[in-house]
Amino acid sequence: MSKTSRTSITMPATAKKDSIIEIRAIAQHDMESGFRYTEGGKLIPRDIIRTFTCTYNTVEVFKADYYSGIGANPLIIFTTIAVESGTLEFRWVGDDGYEAVNQARITVS
Amino acid sequence: MKNIIQHRRQWLKQAQGLGLIALGLLANPLTVFAKKEEADEAIKKIVSGAAIREGKVTLTIPPLVENGNLVVLKVSVDSPMTANDYVKTIHVIAEGNPLPNIFTVYLTPRSGTANITTRVRLADSQKVWAIAQMSNGSFWQGSAETLVTLSACTEMV
Repeated sequence: MSKTSRTSITMPATAKKDSIIEIRAIAQHDMESGFRYTEGGKLIPRDIIRTFTCTYNTVEVFKADYYSGIGANPLIIFTTIAVESGTLEFRWVGDDGYEAVNQARITVS
Repeated sequence: MKNIIQHRRQWLKQAQGLGLIALGLLANPLTVFAKKEEADEAIKKIVSGAAIREGKVTLTIPPLVENGNLVVLKVSVDSPMTANDYVKTIHVIAEGNPLPNIFTVYLTPRSGTANITTRVRLADSQKVWAIAQMSNGSFWQGSAETLVTLSACTEMV
């Protein structure tokens, strides 16, 4: 069983060579911490996104491990250097076979 | 006269209500939260015996948080981010959460800067640490303290 959800990337579409660009990546996810109980006293099992990776023309430039302490709909803002035109691929992988992929193109001049 | 008595009744009822709330606070499952030792344990695991120096790392969280479910957390590390001198990893540890680890990021010289912003959960008023490992293997830390009025994790569904 595989799950996925909506994701969104905000980053500039064009950039000067060797400039630093800011990337905002958000995924729609409850991030159920595994520490909450139902009214009946049953523990709700953990269901979170575990890792987030960003590859720039197939080279990994950023990676993050998420734990239960990350809030719902995890947002992460990070930077990278615009080295060349191409595609940035973003991948979220989580519990219960969760996987989401998003891509963004950048033109570097 | 009747009016005054009614007033008094109301006041008594309200006082009782307050008492119940206070009791509820006492019965909060505070025991499930990680203690300082657990956070120390998590930090020990990260550094595995190496010394941690204070400085270089700036952790920004609001000093007063109304809702612990979404707290904007910003961490930045002072580093030139060149191929020979860059930040390798940043770990964020909270002493008052059920699980002290919040997140870990892995950076490269291609990151350009070591500035990360995300939204975290805080279970209680507590101190939060950020520990950065540089490319030469040294560890630096920064921390911030915050007051949380509505805790994350404890609410029922």
